[in-house]
Amino acid sequence: MSLTFLSVLIIMLGAYSFLFGRRRVRHLTAQTDVKQHSLDGYHGAFVMACVILPAFSFAVLWSGFGPLVIENWLREFIANNSGGLTDGEINVLVAKAKALHSGVINARFVGLETVEAAAYFGGLLETSSYLRAFGSLALALTGFYFSQKLIAPRFAVRQKVESIVIWVMIGASGVAILTTIGIVFSLIFETFMFFQKVPVLDFLFGLHWSPQIAIREDQAANPGEFGAIPLFAGTLLITFIALIVAVPVGLMAAVYLSEYASHGLRNFAKPTIEVLAGIPTVVYGFFAALVVAPLLRNSGADIGLTLSSESALAAGLVMGTMLIPFISSLSDDVINAVPQTLRDGASALGATKSETIKQVVLPAALPGIVSAILLAISRAIGETMIVVMAAGIAANLTANPFESVTTVTVQIVVLLIGDQEFDSAKTLAAFALGLVLFFITLILNVVALRIVNKYREQYD
Amino acid sequence: MTDTSTSMSVSAAPKSPEKIARLKARYRAERRFRFYGRAAIAIAAGILIFLLSSIVYNSIPAFTQNFVELDIELAQDVIDPNFSKDAEIIFAADWQGLIKTSLRREFPEVNSRADKRELYDLVSSGAGDWVRDFVLDNPQAIGSMVRLAVPTSDDIDLLIKGLIDRNLPESDRLVSNKELGWLDHYTARGRVHTQFAWVLFTSGDSREPEMAGLSGAFVGSLLTILVTLAVSFPIGVMAAIYLEELAPKNRITGIIEVNINNLAAVPSIVFGLLGLAVFISFFQMPRSAPLVGGLVLSLMTLPTIIIATRASLASIPPSIREAALGVGASRLQVIFHHVLPLAMPGILTGTIIGLAQAAGETAPLLMIGMMAFIVDTPTDITSKATVLPAQIYMWANNPERAFLPKTSAAIVVLLLFLLSVNATAIYFRKKFEKRW
Repeated sequence: MSLTFLSVLIIMLGAYSFLFGRRRVRHLTAQTDVKQHSLDGYHGAFVMACVILPAFSFAVLWSGFGPLVIENWLREFIANNSGGLTDGEINVLVAKAKALHSGVINARFVGLETVEAAAYFGGLLETSSYLRAFGSLALALTGFYFSQKLIAPRFAVRQKVESIVIWVMIGASGVAILTTIGIVFSLIFETFMFFQKVPVLDFLFGLHWSPQIAIREDQAANPGEFGAIPLFAGTLLITFIALIVAVPVGLMAAVYLSEYASHGLRNFAKPTIEVLAGIPTVVYGFFAALVVAPLLRNSGADIGLTLSSESALAAGLVMGTMLIPFISSLSDDVINAVPQTLRDGASALGATKSETIKQVVLPAALPGIVSAILLAISRAIGETMIVVMAAGIAANLTANPFESVTTVTVQIVVLLIGDQEFDSAKTLAAFALGLVLFFITLILNVVALRIVNKYREQYD
Repeated sequence: MTDTSTSMSVSAAPKSPEKIARLKARYRAERRFRFYGRAAIAIAAGILIFLLSSIVYNSIPAFTQNFVELDIELAQDVIDPNFSKDAEIIFAADWQGLIKTSLRREFPEVNSRADKRELYDLVSSGAGDWVRDFVLDNPQAIGSMVRLAVPTSDDIDLLIKGLIDRNLPESDRLVSNKELGWLDHYTARGRVHTQFAWVLFTSGDSREPEMAGLSGAFVGSLLTILVTLAVSFPIGVMAAIYLEELAPKNRITGIIEVNINNLAAVPSIVFGLLGLAVFISFFQMPRSAPLVGGLVLSLMTLPTIIIATRASLASIPPSIREAALGVGASRLQVIFHHVLPLAMPGILTGTIIGLAQAAGETAPLLMIGMMAFIVDTPTDITSKATVLPAQIYMWANNPERAFLPKTSAAIVVLLLFLLSVNATAIYFRKKFEKRW
């Protein structure tokens, strides 16, 4: 029985039990002359919650963890059936049996033992789906039986329902924590496996990055190939170019819009700049790779510069464009938060408007602006599509913006796209890079938020 | 009083030449500063206009497509030799062969193998599908001679649109002189015409640019977004209600709050790594499926929805809560009967904006394999699918010349889609906005 069908069934049962609970309490109250404690709907909701929640949690947990158990059994089955296989061979057979079962490969191209394994696998899957349906429906009925027995006019069901709702809400808040834990643990786990193949220091401080070579058995442990310094350097170069574009433009736009612009201009210019923030990054990537890069190359050729077709400059310039609205809206907020009295004081001393801004407003807003820039840096470091499409893949260690460089995010994408084995150093390296990315952006964000909070206290 | 102040300022400012010069310099600095501000806005607006116009300009050719009318003999022995009238047998007939026959009949002088191959390149290698669809709709036409418009190949299409210059020397041109001659044969007889490229919206992905469309990616995007909405909206709203209205202010809720703020700033590609490691590798969920894509995007959108919902809840004045409490409502009744309905417009706006972000997201979906080459339109959330941004990425990487306008057109479609979604959000905000 498919999960969709089962969910529909459970929801229908839930709807029925809601109506049942509501009717039941009305009926019971009508027979006595006591006053009903809770409204009818709460009784219905109580029975419904007791039917849906356990049944649904069971079905979801079973669907999540069932495949793990089944794969283990399949592995054992194959190991017992054939005997004397290495883990790697078993993995291949497991994958083949699954592919055969889902119809990706044809039975003609695999051995008899794989066909048997696939049949065994299919049987397990079917049994598992019946057990899932049976278990969750049994839970639903049990929940129904015991909860409807509790229904009585004086039963304080509102409090029960409300505490169930609050617990569900607490669970929902926990999802955010679970996500973080999931990120940290999955990254750390894979990174740990990576560092068993490649030493930490070689990864963090090595100067050569060419993971492709690690595919070959004999060079898999060659430590020099996973030196991430060129990636860090490339990321920094592109981020730097992006900031050179975004900080002056974004900051000046924010200053002008909040201090000078007429109402009409502000109403027009603010949404325009915000549109830049709404454009998907893949569009920026396309723009960088197919419009800006050729433009730069041609104009570079005109003045005698040779730009590679995938230059750090094109990616950086376009990434800077992407960051303009980010910087401008964040600095707009902090500039507006500077108290008007400071501006009035400066004007009273005879300062012109630009002097007021340069010598009073901006210094007062400086912590906020610094944190905006830090957040922009964290954005730029984590940005993927622009660099994947417009920066290069080859890991050059260079500070020349006209050459192609590669970044951390580009390498994560390159390493993980396509088929991959989960235990090869190549795949694991992507997770190690991801961990570095996660921690750097995390630190930048924490520092930025700290600065903002500290600054906010000053004027509140 | 006015008199005294004027006389004072006059007497206090004996205008020495240095002072006048300094004042002039300060005013110049002021004007310069204003100019920088205007320039910054002009740069931002200019880049936006340049970006949009270059993409729209590039996309224009992709919205039309050229067709050539061929005289095709719908031979019974090719289509359905046994008169079975079985749709499956008819479906599998050699349609491309019929087109080749038609082309050979039109140009009997073409004999050599290489020339024939070039001749066949005049029309799309998927042109047979057009004939097939025609016959499946009109089975009585089998055995007769019909004149059908079929798409030209991508290079011929580009040539007619003027994107390949026919005045170039033959060696620099993708279309040979012979092909030009054959095309002119049809053009002279008025049998080449341009139509709106419905293919772009009706068909799935294809290796042939003239056959490639967005319908598969569009449905994939829709399914993914539905999963995202179904997961992130209830969880996000419930979490926000708890944190804003109910949670005691203690260490744990403090940690959750900091955590949500930090999650909002985690690079999207890290969510892709999470999806790969947890959903696909650990829980063995299917690769390339909208289910996994939607789950990954939900985790990414969750902070946005929580933050927007909390802001919306916080803007509801306490007087409403106090009034409801005063007439005897419980805390949850206050929230669900009064606060939540009033906060709903703000919550919906935040959700729609979060979903629009998710709909434009590419990087995490690349990690979980949602950029596979998939021809069929996905039917459910576990079938293999791709999404619009991933389709754009794939087309942008395709070296075939005709994919450049296609990619731009796909971007135009994506931007229009996002624009309409965001416009809905703005409409909601404007319509239900209340000032307390």
